[in-house]
Amino acid sequence: MTKIIIDGKEIDVPPEYTLLQACEAAGAEIPRFCYHERLSIAGNCRMCLVEVKGGPKPVASCAWGVRDCRPGPKGEPPEISTRSPMVKRAREGVMEFLLINHPLDCPICDQGGECDLQDQAMGYGVDTSRFAENKRAVEDKYLGALVKTSMNRCIQCTRCVRFSAEVCGVPEMGAIGRGEDMEITTYLEQALSSELQGNLVDICPVGALTSKPYAFTARPWELGKTQSIDVMDGLGSAIRVDTRGREVMRILPRINDAVNEEWISDKARHIVDGLRTQRLDRPYVREGGKLRAASWPEAFKAIATKLGRIDGKRIGAIAGDLAAVEEMFALKELLAKLGSTNVAVQGGDSFDPKAGRASYLFNPTIAGIEQADAILIVGANPRREAAVLNARIRKRWRSGQLKVGLVGPRADLTYPYEHIGAGTDSLSDLAAGKHSFASVFKGAKNPIVLVGAGAAARHDGAAILSLAAKLALDANGVRDDWNGFAVLHDTASRVGALDIGFVGTGLTAAQMTTFGTMDVLFLLGADEVEVPEGVFTVYIGTHGDRGAHRADVILPGAAYTEKSGIYVNTEGRVQMTGRASFPPGEAREDWAIIRALSDVLGKKLPYDSLAALRAAIFKAVPHLQRLDQIAPGAIGDLKALAGKGGSLEKAPFKPPFEDFYLTNPIARASAVMAECSRLASGRVLVAAE
Amino acid sequence: MSVRRLAPKELQPASFAFTDENLAFAKAQIAKYPEGRQASAAIAILWRAQEQNEGWVSEAAIRAVADMLQMPYIRMLEIATFYTMFQLQPVGKKAHVQVCGTTPCRLRGAEELIEVCKHRIHHDPFHLSKDGDFSWEEVECLGACVNAPMVQVWKDTYEDLTPESFGKVLDGFATGNPPKPGPQNGRQFSAPLGGPTTLKETT
Repeated sequence: MTKIIIDGKEIDVPPEYTLLQACEAAGAEIPRFCYHERLSIAGNCRMCLVEVKGGPKPVASCAWGVRDCRPGPKGEPPEISTRSPMVKRAREGVMEFLLINHPLDCPICDQGGECDLQDQAMGYGVDTSRFAENKRAVEDKYLGALVKTSMNRCIQCTRCVRFSAEVCGVPEMGAIGRGEDMEITTYLEQALSSELQGNLVDICPVGALTSKPYAFTARPWELGKTQSIDVMDGLGSAIRVDTRGREVMRILPRINDAVNEEWISDKARHIVDGLRTQRLDRPYVREGGKLRAASWPEAFKAIATKLGRIDGKRIGAIAGDLAAVEEMFALKELLAKLGSTNVAVQGGDSFDPKAGRASYLFNPTIAGIEQADAILIVGANPRREAAVLNARIRKRWRSGQLKVGLVGPRADLTYPYEHIGAGTDSLSDLAAGKHSFASVFKGAKNPIVLVGAGAAARHDGAAILSLAAKLALDANGVRDDWNGFAVLHDTASRVGALDIGFVGTGLTAAQMTTFGTMDVLFLLGADEVEVPEGVFTVYIGTHGDRGAHRADVILPGAAYTEKSGIYVNTEGRVQMTGRASFPPGEAREDWAIIRALSDVLGKKLPYDSLAALRAAIFKAVPHLQRLDQIAPGAIGDLKALAGKGGSLEKAPFKPPFEDFYLTNPIARASAVMAECSRLASGRVLVAAE
Repeated sequence: MSVRRLAPKELQPASFAFTDENLAFAKAQIAKYPEGRQASAAIAILWRAQEQNEGWVSEAAIRAVADMLQMPYIRMLEIATFYTMFQLQPVGKKAHVQVCGTTPCRLRGAEELIEVCKHRIHHDPFHLSKDGDFSWEEVECLGACVNAPMVQVWKDTYEDLTPESFGKVLDGFATGNPPKPGPQNGRQFSAPLGGPTTLKETT
């Protein structure tokens, strides 16, 4: 620790701190544009100038280390001033320079109201400009479907350039030209290809990069802000849902260092228009082969009539990717009352909740990736299945302490990896120590075996999971202080379903969708299943997607922004979404639909409110009440899992989905996602040529 | 300075490949730097590419060099647009004239040389003459202030120019017999004009 005096106050900070960090530790506020905590230091905006006593000029505090400060003549600690007249004048000067070429278009700028430049000009600038010449004009650039540019406003902080090179790992942004003519662009204005590009808009301190889909729709101060959780992938990134009236206007990330730091994927951010289109806003009943709009009592009556003659064993339920714990729990109890235990979640067939939590969680935790020194990726493409988690792996790789091996299809993961093979035989070879990566993995202190949803969803998924657990155990990767067995789930609902036992009590999803096993099937937002002919299907969901097209009765539910629901992310963290708006039309919250249906069926569920339902859930599964915490799995469970074994099929691993942008009903209803998907498939074609 | 852009598409050659000799040069440059630091050789190799490509850098050349050094294309474009010695537009086949326009040359008549360029080559810099043989630009100090005013063509400088002698230099390039580089008024290097003025006697 080093002593340093900041504004007359002596504090103790680590010597590797920069002056900016030290000043913040001392409680002084330092304005900045180019500096960002999670990016490398550029030091080119000069806004963070402070005075170092004894120095002739102010110094840029973001790029000046505490250990670089000279002590005073008698050995007293270095003295920094952030409020002296020199600093004030320096900031005013910098601000005036920055504003010389910045257009006065705040009234028509989307950043207005949440603009760093606007705020800091008010806080640290002067009230007039002495610049009477013409301002510089810069051509706007095309950056794809999500980022809109207004390059006159750019102050050339280069945050976007550093973000795309460092965090995204797709170095597409750059600064061409020099001096006054420096321009931020991509190579020949190609569309950005990163799935984290939406974050460029947040990173930009001015209005140069703004959100294209959100352009000119709302002002920040007229939006209601609801803290919530993203459900587009298995990570449960922290988000803020901004609404105006009943309409969700945009989704922004919140900072959660344990999960998403401060990034979210494009799918999480830009499915907003999918929440408005293709919505189911009233019940439907199929009559004479055609769906007909119906009232709630009619729809319930149709179900009751059908169920009256059916044996409970021939009733089943499959939950989709976006289902919350509450509705799954209620549906499970309803089916139990109807005499059925056939409940399953999409993609969950290979997992067994009875094998313990450790067998299906991302045990090392997402933040734990930063302690890992070797990762073996099995049948996954983390860049597509969990883009933010991939950024975390890349962050660790950038520190130079991580080696990555991949078993599965080759893909650009934004960091180099050793490709071990495409199929299960490579995995077996690795387990037998036949590959050079085996020694790397064995020698690692904190190894991770990352099994993707694509691998687990195979017919031999259980055997693959068992072998992966064995690999982790053999490499001494499962200890009291480290659990390196990691399952990367690609959906938000699956871990919650496994926690409440919505899997593995009766038939699996694959068995339920086999011809002749079921008479009635409840689809809780499940759109990725093929329901065979002759099955009476009740679809509870939000969008007129595949499931609804096949349904005999449609009960319109609430999307994740319209209900408060518990979701458990891939590492087992229990989180809750916040209700930001209301379901459209006659749609209701899913648990309430199930509760109302139970009454009509004469099997009334014993909870009349969400609180009562949650109390019942917490009683059954106590760890779900500890929000934002992880109940860790037991190591013994993994030993049991590794001992199970099983026969492996030869087929190579396949990704769980083909198109990152169109994985769930909300995304498929979104025009923005469709455009992104179109651009991405265009890139694939070009690459294949 | 003005915004520097790549030449329009219709002028861009479809591909670029180094000659064997230049490829060997490029490999030698890359070998100078440790593994993973090949990007350090970017400027030297891009400069060779410019020489091979008739004095200007094409888009295909930028991609070729970037691929060779495993750099993202945008990083190479940044380099090509940052350094003004990389010409982004086609230049004259016989001569690209770089007229020094910094203070000492300016005081000694660089403005008249620029007038000559405007009349004989093209009104605007970076434009080809009608026959495509010449182009010109104004550059900052080329470090021959004692022989001001001067111009640089390719790798040689022509110094102590007047509009007339500059005209002869251009004539020389037009006919394919460029004059001897250096002062064009009979001076020996930067020695005084008309012989020594001091230390004339030997004792």
